[in-house]
Amino acid sequence: MRDAAVAIVGVGALGCAAAEALARARVGRLILLDGDVVERSNLHRQLLHRDGDRGRPKVESAAERLAALAPGTVIERRTVRVAAENAAALLADATCIVDATDGFESKFLLNDTAVALGTPLVHAGIVRFLGQLMTVLPGRSACVRCLFRAPPEPGDVPSCQEAGVLGSLAGTIGLLQAAEVLRYLTGTGSLLTDRLLTYDALANRFRHVRLRRNSSCPACSTRLAVTTRNS
Amino acid sequence: MAIQVRIPTPLRKLTGGSESVSGSGATVAALVQDLETRHPGLKERICDDAGKVRRFVNVYVNGDDIRFLDNLETPVKDGDEISIVPAIAGGAR
Repeated sequence: MRDAAVAIVGVGALGCAAAEALARARVGRLILLDGDVVERSNLHRQLLHRDGDRGRPKVESAAERLAALAPGTVIERRTVRVAAENAAALLADATCIVDATDGFESKFLLNDTAVALGTPLVHAGIVRFLGQLMTVLPGRSACVRCLFRAPPEPGDVPSCQEAGVLGSLAGTIGLLQAAEVLRYLTGTGSLLTDRLLTYDALANRFRHVRLRRNSSCPACSTRLAVTTRNS
Repeated sequence: MAIQVRIPTPLRKLTGGSESVSGSGATVAALVQDLETRHPGLKERICDDAGKVRRFVNVYVNGDDIRFLDNLETPVKDGDEISIVPAIAGGAR
């Protein structure tokens, strides 16, 4: 764990919860990546940011809090939006990657990048009262494109920002992502590989569905180069 | 006994807020058609204009993805549990 470098891509709703738990668990190095700044509307669900942080880069605000909580953990600040042209370089030194992004393009890009790098990915999504979580071990378990071949067209499915999200749901799923990372780093327990966990925060119900590697998956069956949409 | 269909939260406005609804049919396609008569609008959230399952929605019969069974022609029977799982993207902002 002390030698591990965990990349948290997106230091918002999911990323704040996951990063705090991992820092408190004394993971050696956390790499925070986000190009956004803190806004007031973020504050009900992005636990590392404060009202006085409005306008500051999220990476700066989060890094400051994490450094105070866990001085033994190295916090790397990368104030940048992860995109197709920089993803592989930004994530090359990560032991594992936490997908805490917003938006389908980012999530598919991270999946493709993790698969291309051969780096484990803990994927999650949240919207309104629904959370989903799965872990991808590239080449060994189903990836996000095995589950959904391609992202929806823009506008077909609302994002978290457009549809809203229950603030505490972000914490629930972000902490479950941290638990996945810790299970992976310590080699204990069972990872959420080849299954998707869904959490229904209205019915308060966790469920699993089984996933399978897709032999014609455009990402993990042939290890295509990193791309974004409909590759 | 009927077939139980688990409705994800984003589609519950079409089922009056119900988490689970009942339906009938010999195949997933017939079940979806039956659901449409009881809950208008549900079919178009699951299937595209060509009648295929949308690429960002997955349907599971007793936990198994119908893409690896017989897609919409997958047989179903009373007592089966169907789950509809949409892709969701939120997380950062």
